[in-house]
Amino acid sequence: MPKVVYVDFQGNRNELEVANGMTLMQGAVMNGLDGIEGECSGSCACATCHCYVDEAYLDKLPEMSENEDELLDGTASERLGSSRLSCQIRMTDDLDGIVVQLPEEQ
Amino acid sequence: MGSKVAGVVIIGGGHAGFQCIDSLRKGGYAGPITLVDADPHLPYQRPPLSKGYLLEGADPDTLLFRTAAYYSEQSVNLHLGIAAAAIDRERHTVQLTNGLSLSYDQLVLAPGASIRPLRVPDEIADQVHYIKTLGDIDRINTQLGTAQNLVVVGGGFIGLEFAATARKLGKNVSVLVRGPRIMNQNVTPELSRFMLEQHRAHGADIQLNTSIETVSRLDNGGFEILTTDGRTLSCDMLVAGIGVTPDTRLAEAAGLECDEGIVVDAGCRTSDPAIYAAGDAVCFTHPLADTRIRIESVQNAVDQAKVIAANILGKPAEYDSAPWFWSDQYEFKLQMAGLHAGYDHVVQRGTTESGKFTLFLYRGERLIAVHTVNKPADHMAARKLLAAGISPSFDEAADENVKLNSLLKR
Ligand SMILES: Cc1cc2nc3c(=O)[nH]c(=O)nc-3n(C[C@H](O)[C@H](O)[C@H](O)COP(=O)(O)OP(=O)(O)OC[C@H]3O[C@@H](n4cnc5c(N)ncnc54)[C@H](O)[C@@H]3O)c2cc1C
Ligand code: FES
Repeated sequence: MPKVVYVDFQGNRNELEVANGMTLMQGAVMNGLDGIEGECSGSCACATCHCYVDEAYLDKLPEMSENEDELLDGTASERLGSSRLSCQIRMTDDLDGIVVQLPEEQ
Repeated sequence: MGSKVAGVVIIGGGHAGFQCIDSLRKGGYAGPITLVDADPHLPYQRPPLSKGYLLEGADPDTLLFRTAAYYSEQSVNLHLGIAAAAIDRERHTVQLTNGLSLSYDQLVLAPGASIRPLRVPDEIADQVHYIKTLGDIDRINTQLGTAQNLVVVGGGFIGLEFAATARKLGKNVSVLVRGPRIMNQNVTPELSRFMLEQHRAHGADIQLNTSIETVSRLDNGGFEILTTDGRTLSCDMLVAGIGVTPDTRLAEAAGLECDEGIVVDAGCRTSDPAIYAAGDAVCFTHPLADTRIRIESVQNAVDQAKVIAANILGKPAEYDSAPWFWSDQYEFKLQMAGLHAGYDHVVQRGTTESGKFTLFLYRGERLIAVHTVNKPADHMAARKLLAAGISPSFDEAADENVKLNSLLKR
C-alpha cells in the first residue's frame, strides 16, 4: 500500500499506509492523527484539512478546483504556495511517499 | 455506585457521540468510555451518503471516523448493533436490548433523529427507500443498477442531493415537493428559485405543490403513483426524504424534560445533571435565537459534543458557536452560516447568472445569516463576521471590491 508521511507542527513524522482512492485527509483522520480535522467529511466546505505539500510532489497533484482555491483563502493557518486541502488529494501509486506538513491550526 | 469509576456511557455513535469520545480522550479523560450504537457499523459520517458515496465507489471504509484500532488503543468499549432500551436514573444504569446493564457516572445521549416514514400501504412500506444509514444507501445501491426511473419524495437537502447524485448516474428522476419551494424552510426564496432552475437544467423533473395520493405495485416490480395534483408516474424505485423527528423516546421514558427534542441548557445538560445530550436529538436556547431551536447539522453535533466533553473534564463550557451547514447539489456548493429565521432584508453580492453569489440576510441592520453558492471564501469570512457580531453595511455587503475579511479588523 502506498505511504504518506505526515509531519506535524512540532516536526514529528508519522508514516501511514493510505489505500489508493482514499484521500490524504481520510488517511490522517481515520488513523487518529492530530492536526487534521476534516469536519465536512471531505466535501471541500470547511478548510479544516489544510496541509502543506512537499515541493517534490506538488506537480503530481490533481489540479486545484476553484472552490478549493477560494477555501484556502480562509484557512486558520497562513496559506502558502504549497497549501492544499488534503481531502481533495486522492492517493495513487504516483504519490507513494508524499510528505505533507500539518499547520499549527485548522 | 461504590467507589469504582463507572465512567462515561454514550448512547449513539454518530457525529455527536463520536466527537464526544475523541474530545474526552484528547482532553485527558482516563476513565472508562462505553459506546452503545444500534447501528452495526463502526461509527461513520453521514453527509457523503446522499452526495459522493455512490459516485465514488460506495466503499464504506471511506466513511469511518476512525479504524477499529483506534477504539482499542483508546480503550473505548463498543457495543455495536445493540440499542439502549431504558435508563435507570436512580441507579445510574442503562439497560441494553441484549439484557446487559451498564453503569455510568455521566451519560451522554446522542441518538440523533429518526426518519419520518412515508405514509403508504403496508405492502409497499418496506419497499420505500430512505437515506439515513449506511445500510440504507447500500440497499439503494444494490437496486440502483437495474432501476432507470426514480421518484424522490421530498424537496429538502437530502432528497435534492440524492436526486442530483442519481442524475449524475444517468437515472431519470422526478422529485415530488409538497410545498411551493424546494428547501423551503432553509434557504431564501431567491436561492430556492436558483437551485430549482439548476435541478431542472440538469434534467430532474421537479414538481412543486404535490405529493403522493396513492401508490400501487406494478407487475414488473415497479410502482405506479397518482399524485395529489392528478398526475400518474411510474418508477422502479421510490426514495423518500421527508424529514426526521428527534429521538426522544429514551429520554422521555426516563422522565427527562423534552420539547421538540431533549431539552438541554447551555452546557448541554439535560434536566438530570448526570445526563448530557447533543446533536439532532436536542433542543436548546441558542444565544442567536429568540426561541428554543433544534439544529440538524454536523457542526451542531460536533460543537455540542465538545462542550459536553469539556464539562465532563471539569472545564466549564457553553455552546454558543454560530451554526453553519453545507449541501452539494450538482456543481453547486451551498453553504449556510448563522440562523436566518426572522430576516427582513437580503443583500446580494455577485450575480445569479455567474452561478457564484452570496446572500447577506439581515434583521434590521444586524447581519444574522449568510448563504453562499460556490463562494466558500465568503462563507468562511461570514462565519467570522457572525461570530464577532460584525454587521457590514448594506453597501459594503453588496460591493465585491470590499473584502469581507478586511471588515473583521475594525
Ligand atoms: C444523508 C444525510 C446527509 C447529510 N448531509 C449533511 C451535510 O451535508 N451537512 C451537515 O452539516 N449535516 C448533514 N446531515 C446531518 C448530519 O449528519 C446530522 O445532523 C448529524 O449526523 C447529527 O449527529 P447526531 O450524532 O446527533 O446523530 P446521528 O449522526 O444520526 O447518530 C445517532 C446515532 O444514534 C444511534 N442510536 C439511536 N438510538 C439509539 C439507541 N436507543 N441505542 C443505541 N444507539 C442509538 C443511531 O444508530 C445513530 O448511529 C446529513 C444527514 C444525512 C442522513
Ligand atoms: S475536509 Fe472539509 S474541506 Fe477538506
